[in-house]
Amino acid sequence: MTPSATHRAIEAVWRIESARLIAGLTRTVRDVAVAEDLAQDALLAALEQWPHSGIPERPGAWLMTTARRRGIDALRRRRTLERKHELIGRELEALQQLDRPELLPMAEEVEDDLLRLIFMTCHPVLSREARVALTLRLLGGLTTPEIARAFLVSEGTLAQRIVRAKRTLGEARVPFEVPASDELAERVSAVLEVIYLVFNEGYAATAGEDWIRPALCAEALRLARILGALMPREAEVLGLLALMELQAARLPARVGPLGEPVLLADQDRSRWDRLLLRRGLAALEQARALGGTLGPYGLQAAIAACHAEAGSVEETDWPRIVALYDGLAALTGSPVVELNRAVAVTMAFGPEAGLEIVDSLTEEPALNGYHLLGSVRGDILARLGRRAEARREFERAADMCANDRERALLLERAICCAPA
Amino acid sequence: MRFMVLVPGSPDSEAGQMPSTELLTAMTKYNEELVKSGVMLAGEGLHPTAKGARVRFNGSERTVIDGPFTESKELIAGYWIWECASREEAIEWLKRAPFDGGVEIELRQVFAPEDFGEELTPELREANERLREQAMQ
Repeated sequence: MTPSATHRAIEAVWRIESARLIAGLTRTVRDVAVAEDLAQDALLAALEQWPHSGIPERPGAWLMTTARRRGIDALRRRRTLERKHELIGRELEALQQLDRPELLPMAEEVEDDLLRLIFMTCHPVLSREARVALTLRLLGGLTTPEIARAFLVSEGTLAQRIVRAKRTLGEARVPFEVPASDELAERVSAVLEVIYLVFNEGYAATAGEDWIRPALCAEALRLARILGALMPREAEVLGLLALMELQAARLPARVGPLGEPVLLADQDRSRWDRLLLRRGLAALEQARALGGTLGPYGLQAAIAACHAEAGSVEETDWPRIVALYDGLAALTGSPVVELNRAVAVTMAFGPEAGLEIVDSLTEEPALNGYHLLGSVRGDILARLGRRAEARREFERAADMCANDRERALLLERAICCAPA
Repeated sequence: MRFMVLVPGSPDSEAGQMPSTELLTAMTKYNEELVKSGVMLAGEGLHPTAKGARVRFNGSERTVIDGPFTESKELIAGYWIWECASREEAIEWLKRAPFDGGVEIELRQVFAPEDFGEELTPELREANERLREQAMQ
């Protein structure tokens, strides 16, 4: 192998092994910052040695053994400095015991460690940005520059964010454990929030212009798939997985040949990714089979599934979508959900019924200045033949819209409503 | 990046014989690992070619040839579909599969929309964001 080929192979091994490695080390040393440092040491050793020795047969075990030896060396050095430090003595003992290949953790243990690590990096003691950065770094195996690029912050800022997050975890003595059942639901939803944030960052592409954006989508999907496999009895985990698979399935159809956005109604459904659709529907089925009622992610997935199963807008089961939105609105109380429900009601039961809902939202402070309210209202008015009002509504929406392409679309619709 | 891993047939698979319990156990473990790492999107085994058929195309003529087929090296007995970040990652995963006896397993990248040169401009990305909001229903 050429040096650069070996280097790429090492990167691949790192991507496969790093999360498990850091998780296993965190269990031993009880400090995620120390664990990551040891893992990085092992990576450096691999980068030094593997180009000459070749990649070992069991690279994961090699990295783990190397990291533990480095840990022991470091602790020995520290112990001679601070002889009486009892804590270090215990750490050293733990590490030394583990420095035996036959004591490498079993697969199930590794999985538990991985879960514990996910709950740690998504711990509520951290800010949202910190959770996202730390999760991508420790579980996604992304580098600091990669994450910084993805979220359009400087490398220095992001590096600091990660250091602070690790310190916060240490200071708050956040335990390395899967939460007890009484707080599990809440903690799971914190993890899901992080994964969905990463997914949307890639999916929506709020800014930025290179490969890292789709990579974020892929990374979030990977994390959701891992979590789905590790927690197959958590309905919302499967619900989010289903939602993301279904949304990812539509990606190829979301953009037209000139780079213009294509709305769901106009998408060429033959371009949807069949494999991802199938996976999304299967995950939703698995969530339903658990027997409880669906949570917010499950319901959104069920709505996405209605679209996935329909050959066109006309064939879509709108009354069913309305029922799902009813459930979602009851759970979330979100005005944006309510606005979407109005669209579904319009499709299912006609524009009068939809208009009634939209009109009840016009005073909603959360939707103040939200151009989609005007856009939806304009659309419903146009369906009712109230063209002059629809036109005003579209124009108002265009004024509020910050996006050029979309504003053009709204103005175009306004012109269509002008008297002939 | 999506990859397809093609597993060739063998005299045993062609005879419709299930693999040994040992191999099945190892394969199940391997598959679990793939799933729990978020790599495996799909994977299936194929019946022997004795149950298959080939259709030969010649002008307007269609000739149906029933299995079994003999060139056992070129016969496919199963496949996986994987999602990996790179070709190297897919190779690393493949190296961990419990095969033996000189068998060669082929790895191929699956075409994706971006392979057709769809350039994503910043404007487009911005537009996408709006689209996502609108496409919520």
